[in-house]
Amino acid sequence: MAKKYHVTTTVNGDEYEVLCEPQQTLLDVLRDELQLTGTKEGCATGDCGACSVMLDGELVCACLVLGVEADGKKVETIEGMGNEKELHPLQRNFLELNGLQCGICTPGILVAAKALLERNPDPTEMEVRYWLAGNLCRCTGYDKIIRSVLATAKEIRGGA
Amino acid sequence: MADLRYEAPETLGAAIALLADAKGPAKVLAGGTDVIVQMETDLIEPELLVDIKKIPELRQIKAEKGGFRVGAAVSGMDLVDHAAFAKAWPGVIDGVKLIGSIQVKGRASMGGNLCNASPAADSVPPLVAAGAVATVIGPKGTREVPVEQIPTGPGKTSLAKGEIVVSFFFPRRPPRSGDAYQRFTPRTEMDIAVVGVGIDLTLDKGGTCTAARVALGAVAPTVLLVKEAADALIGTTVDDAVLEKLAKACSAACKPIDDKRGTREFRIKIACVLAKRVAQQALERARQN
Repeated sequence: MAKKYHVTTTVNGDEYEVLCEPQQTLLDVLRDELQLTGTKEGCATGDCGACSVMLDGELVCACLVLGVEADGKKVETIEGMGNEKELHPLQRNFLELNGLQCGICTPGILVAAKALLERNPDPTEMEVRYWLAGNLCRCTGYDKIIRSVLATAKEIRGGA
Repeated sequence: MADLRYEAPETLGAAIALLADAKGPAKVLAGGTDVIVQMETDLIEPELLVDIKKIPELRQIKAEKGGFRVGAAVSGMDLVDHAAFAKAWPGVIDGVKLIGSIQVKGRASMGGNLCNASPAADSVPPLVAAGAVATVIGPKGTREVPVEQIPTGPGKTSLAKGEIVVSFFFPRRPPRSGDAYQRFTPRTEMDIAVVGVGIDLTLDKGGTCTAARVALGAVAPTVLLVKEAADALIGTTVDDAVLEKLAKACSAACKPIDDKRGTREFRIKIACVLAKRVAQQALERARQN
């Protein structure tokens, strides 16, 4: 039995204490220990972006972070983005503009797109495409994702 | 397999002691974008992970002697967002920007990119071209090592047990200096360099090149610093005939492998094409400074 590490981390504003093994990734900890299964596992090697989360304000792949590294840090996941009563504008636009099909890549794309819009509220199509290059989608062909993000940017800027 | 132990020391001394005293295999954890994948896929089975990101020296970008000192574990995004560094060393930024996705750059560092010792690492040719010097600290003290001397082959470095690359020093930029890095990949993002070329050069007032460094990636077991290629540029105005000489020198230096990403012949050809393009881009940037 490997030694377990006591980790205190804030996820979507709530403090959690968890015992985790050192090789467990933040993705494992979120899904298996905290039952926050909105963050998806795609490749587990940092190539697909399905597990995108914010770690102390930085967009990262949760599969490339160890759970122990989250000690004392703030994590934001898709669960913190909106709820059934009030969707985040990105979530609403993805629904309205068909920015998703099977949905596995969607939480990661929403988290990544939110990070982009907070950094750059008026991105060009090219900037959106490059920012989301690390988020793979095998259904949509990307075009509707890009349109959903651009529509949200416009809406947030008040230019709807 | 023995249990994995994770440590996140807050001082260099503590990190070095942990690594030097390790009985079993130990690994430094910076951004983890290589190390965690290698652990997940059982390529490595460390018994000790030393997370160096809580050590201040490894995470700072500071002005020093008119140049910059960049912590080896500074994330790619933090470096890209550092306006003064990005202005001084756009070629280094070209390379860092090509390391994986935004998510990967949120974690990946130049120190990790260098010590992972892939010949195709995108930040290494521009670091070598820049003449960056790594400060290495270990149980026997500190040494200053030119970046090109750190990797010794794929996955191998010249670091002794207990040694850590702490930071990179970038010297003061003379006026009219410019650097650039480009790589060839089948797609524009999220790919591994088939060939990469980094060039740094300085011009005098008349536009003659007075100093140059040319580094080639992914065409040999380590990134190559090609003196003959730099010599082709120095003392010239970098006209078309000079670019041909540069390409010839690069071609002669390449010792690439054949693999799924490109044949030997293709890599040599592309190295020549890229060297000319990168020299022109570096030249343009130098003229603007």
